[in-house]
Amino acid sequence: MESNSTPPPSRRRATHRGIAALSVAAIVFGAGMTACSSSPSSSAPAAGASSSGSPSSAAVGTYTVWDPYPQFTQGSSWTALLSRCGSEAGVTVKRTAFDTTALTSKVLLAAQQGAAPDVLIVDNPVVSTLAEAGVLTDTTENHINVSSVEPNLLGAGEYDGNAYGIPIGANTLALYYNKNIVKAAGVDPATITDWSSLTAALAKVKAIGKVGITFSAIGTEEGSFQFEPWFWGAGANLTDLNSSAADAALALWTSWLKAGYATNSVINDTQTTSWQEFAAGNTAFSENGTWQLGNAQKAGFPYGIMPIPAEHGGAAPVPTGGEFITVPVQSDTSRYATSEKIVSCLSAAGNAYMTDNTLSYVAASAAVQAKQVTTEPALGVWVQAVHAGKARTGDNLGTNYPKISQQLWTAVQAALSGSASPQAALASAQSAAASATNGK
Amino acid sequence: MSYTRQSAGRFARGPAGGAYAPPAVERLSAERPAPNRIRRRARSPQWAALAFLAPSVVYLVAFYAYPMYRNLDLSLRDYTVYSFVHGGAPFAGLSNYASIIDDPSFNSTLIHTLVFTAVSLVFQFAIGLALAVFFAQNFRLSAFLRALFLVPWLLPLIVSASTWSWMLDTNYGIVNAALHAVGIGPVDWLTSPTWSLPSVIIANIWIGVPFNLVLLYSGLQGIPRDLYEAASLDGAGPWQRFRRVSWPLLRPVSAITLLLGLVYTLKVFDIIWIMTRGGPANSSATFATWSYELGFGNLLPEFGLGAAVGNLLVIMALIAGLVYIRARRRLLVS
Repeated sequence: MESNSTPPPSRRRATHRGIAALSVAAIVFGAGMTACSSSPSSSAPAAGASSSGSPSSAAVGTYTVWDPYPQFTQGSSWTALLSRCGSEAGVTVKRTAFDTTALTSKVLLAAQQGAAPDVLIVDNPVVSTLAEAGVLTDTTENHINVSSVEPNLLGAGEYDGNAYGIPIGANTLALYYNKNIVKAAGVDPATITDWSSLTAALAKVKAIGKVGITFSAIGTEEGSFQFEPWFWGAGANLTDLNSSAADAALALWTSWLKAGYATNSVINDTQTTSWQEFAAGNTAFSENGTWQLGNAQKAGFPYGIMPIPAEHGGAAPVPTGGEFITVPVQSDTSRYATSEKIVSCLSAAGNAYMTDNTLSYVAASAAVQAKQVTTEPALGVWVQAVHAGKARTGDNLGTNYPKISQQLWTAVQAALSGSASPQAALASAQSAAASATNGK
Repeated sequence: MSYTRQSAGRFARGPAGGAYAPPAVERLSAERPAPNRIRRRARSPQWAALAFLAPSVVYLVAFYAYPMYRNLDLSLRDYTVYSFVHGGAPFAGLSNYASIIDDPSFNSTLIHTLVFTAVSLVFQFAIGLALAVFFAQNFRLSAFLRALFLVPWLLPLIVSASTWSWMLDTNYGIVNAALHAVGIGPVDWLTSPTWSLPSVIIANIWIGVPFNLVLLYSGLQGIPRDLYEAASLDGAGPWQRFRRVSWPLLRPVSAITLLLGLVYTLKVFDIIWIMTRGGPANSSATFATWSYELGFGNLLPEFGLGAAVGNLLVIMALIAGLVYIRARRRLLVS
């Protein structure tokens, strides 16, 4: 025992030296690898199109597409459209689907390694960030034709005056309501025009033992997205989170939770789980998006849709959601021509019509919107909402939007969970946002 | 004997370069005739040893040393999204660490991390030990019951964490239904800042008990039966037998169980992320979730800050490891 634990001095010294030697070797080896990997952008062009190791150009004729639609599995009409667009451009499309929250960092890491996909479909508030990172090509380079797109939708994909992609479609928020519950509570939806009439309606719903409203106040971009109609509807601006208008909007949500018009599970609800609670048939109103339309028809109760009211009447400005089709920067610029063909195919009127119907989105061009409304009149409300929609990265926020949004959802969470008053939560959010955006 | 010792010493020195190696060989060859035969003999085990060593060195460097180095480098540079992709991020010294420590949520997150780890460890270990002692006396169905206790360990974390978050749901959860049945009002387990941390700790304890149970149970099996017999002959009751025989002889196993538990618990991420995302308003955020949130959870990744928080976690685990090694050395000496 003793001799095992304490080796003779000479051997022990040798072992120590051995460890030192190994760690030196480790450091040298590590440094060598860094030298290889730290400058992909400078070494990649030399490697050329045919022999470069990056997956995007590993096999000529294979083009990679990344999208945030994991719900569409192999064999869905979306993957069928992708392969059809690939074969029309004369190449094979290799598609990978990511969760939308993971996509940004995945793309940044891939771009760092010189392995960005040829075509990237990405949530619109991220486009300006990726453009700033130098990951995306603008339309002067990739030659995507964006002339048919509605300007307020295209705005979300602009950075420094250049357009960086084409919207695949748009979605936004409105209030779904359960006609049975609203009727039983004696509420006439037509009378709901502002916050006070909405709150009064929620009180009537609670009086008959039902839940008033569901929304999503989760601590992610979804939470900010859902809060913005109320925030903007009060007249607040994202550049000043600490305004009295912002306070009014957050106080409205907080008062609903305190009064029991909404359950506090909204704090952890995503838009999907919030919808599931509405679909369970016990809730009168649900703030939710265009994409739930298909589910609403399956819900098993009659439903209606109304625009989200602003504080003092009228429809509140709603944030536009939806993804952009973009073309990331490649070391081999000759690939853009084929990528452009794939993008044009995906956004061509007939295909966009089909894709937007599958996603339950409003199309990005007026012509396709008109076609959607003639076949599905229920979409009329949504088309109007999209016209009144506002880009989240608008107001010259650009790449500052994600930083501000993070503080906004943190403030919403703090106020709804009762850990701070709405006013205190917004005040600390504003100071945190100001320091985060001044730094860069 | 002296040959093997020489070669063992030289093999360990080898990679440092030629500086140490030649004198030893020369000395050997000068002392004895027939240098060829001896040189071959002295050298071939060295190369063989190096060849055996090489795969593990390459593995360690590629999968441990290099990622650690990259993470350190990441945390010492001021990355913007542009410089992350195109390189050329300026060296920023410790400014990432400074802004992490200045962050208003640093103190609360540190406290959450320590509380989460300490409370989880204490309960996991205590419950695991109690169950291990219980199962050490073999009775009918004990193997079957013990297998049942392993279930939390076998379930994928996403399954157990999602199940816990359903059970703890304020309105529809079974926990609140049970509390309601005994006349206690609903508790906002996951949505109130006071209860979110206890909720994730409870789930984590449940998940960690089997690990402690298995290790401590096998430790108990390693204690010779005759010691217990001798103790009972001397008149020791069950508590005395546990206190004077099991507990001291279980100490080495307990120490490694606690150390491994500490490292696992410090970096627990999935349970918290699935159940509360560190919220509401950071009330259940630990360093692990904070690091992920900075690096991957936002629209705008802050890789430098995320790496800095991750390194703080590594340092905490390292300190625990050093404390363990010291304690173990003292144990061996005594």
